[in-house]
Formats: sequence, structure tokens, C-alpha cells
Amino acid sequence: MPSAEELKHRIEAAIPGARAEVEDYTGGGDHFEVRVVSAAFDSLSRIERHRLIYEIFREEIGGPIHALSLRTETPSEAESTSQPTAR
Amino acid sequence: MSSNEGSEIRQAIAKAIEDNEVILFMKGTPDAPACGFSARTVAALQAVGASFAAVDVLPDPRIRQELSGLSNWPTIPQLFVKGELIGGCDIVTEMYESGELAPALGLSLQS
Repeated sequence: MPSAEELKHRIEAAIPGARAEVEDYTGGGDHFEVRVVSAAFDSLSRIERHRLIYEIFREEIGGPIHALSLRTETPSEAESTSQPTAR
Repeated sequence: MSSNEGSEIRQAIAKAIEDNEVILFMKGTPDAPACGFSARTVAALQAVGASFAAVDVLPDPRIRQELSGLSNWPTIPQLFVKGELIGGCDIVTEMYESGELAPALGLSLQS
């Protein structure tokens, strides 16, 4: 079963300029939550962005990887979502 | 699975997508979802008051296999609107949170 670390490296190797955060959110090694930030997402729809990630793990999804929850953002989208909301 | 059986299933899936304006391929049923991702997707659709057809992929593994071959999307659930793949749980819930889901379904935003 792939580790969170391995998923991170494979995403960052496959997508230009990507910064990936990967969490094994059940500890069982097959449910991963993935956040990827890359300028390569700029002109892509959500579906196209997610397909890029799924393509990397095509062979493992539905097998060793049971669940891959994805969040894909451009650097500017990531910045706006991480801004603390004004109180 | 003979290629004939596969293509029969794929044709039935394609027809269901064509015949239903909004259709969700999921694990379980809207009343009894069999996985968290399917449950969250159903909840988002119900929250915007969408009426939708639902297909349980669990009874026959060939459904998921042929569906993913058709949609080029490896996970379940999968939501289609007017014949087009909208996405899975992540995308549907993201669209719900950003207010894009209701308009994408041709619904006005619930006040």
C-alpha cells in the first residue's frame, strides 16, 4: 500500500510546480486526503484538475487506494482560501 | 465478462445518462447510502432540493467498470447533468459550498 509520503512525491513529480499535502485520514493506508496547489491548474476545470491526479494513481484506485479525496487549487485560489476570514 | 455483456451494460448506462437530466451513480441508495462519499453527495443534492435519478453500482461490479470506462472517472459516486459528468463527491460538495451546484442543476438558489 502506498504511503502518504509516496503519494506526495508522485504528485509533485507528475505536475509541474505542484505543492502537495497528503494525509492518511484513517491511518489504514488506503484513505487519503490530498490538497494540491499548482499554477498548472490555472486554465483547467475542476474535473480536468482531478483527472490529472487520478491519472497518476489509475492502477491503484479501487485497489490499494480505496479513497482519494481531492482539493486542487491555483496559488491565488489557495491564498484566498487560507486568508483568515475577517471577524 | 464477454465483450458483448460489457457493451450491453455500457449501452444501458449511456441510455440512463441520456434519459435522466440529473443522475447519480452511487454506492447504495439515496435513502441508504453505502459509503460516506455517496452519502455526502446525496446530502448536497437534497440540500439544494434537486430531484435526481440514482443508480446503485454495488449489485454488479461490471456497472462500475463500464461506467468508469465511459466517463474516464475512476471513483464512485459520479454525477451527470444533461449527459455531462459534473464530478464526484469532492466536486459536488465544493460546488454546493460555493453556490454553483443549484445553478448547474438549473435550480434557483434555495433562500
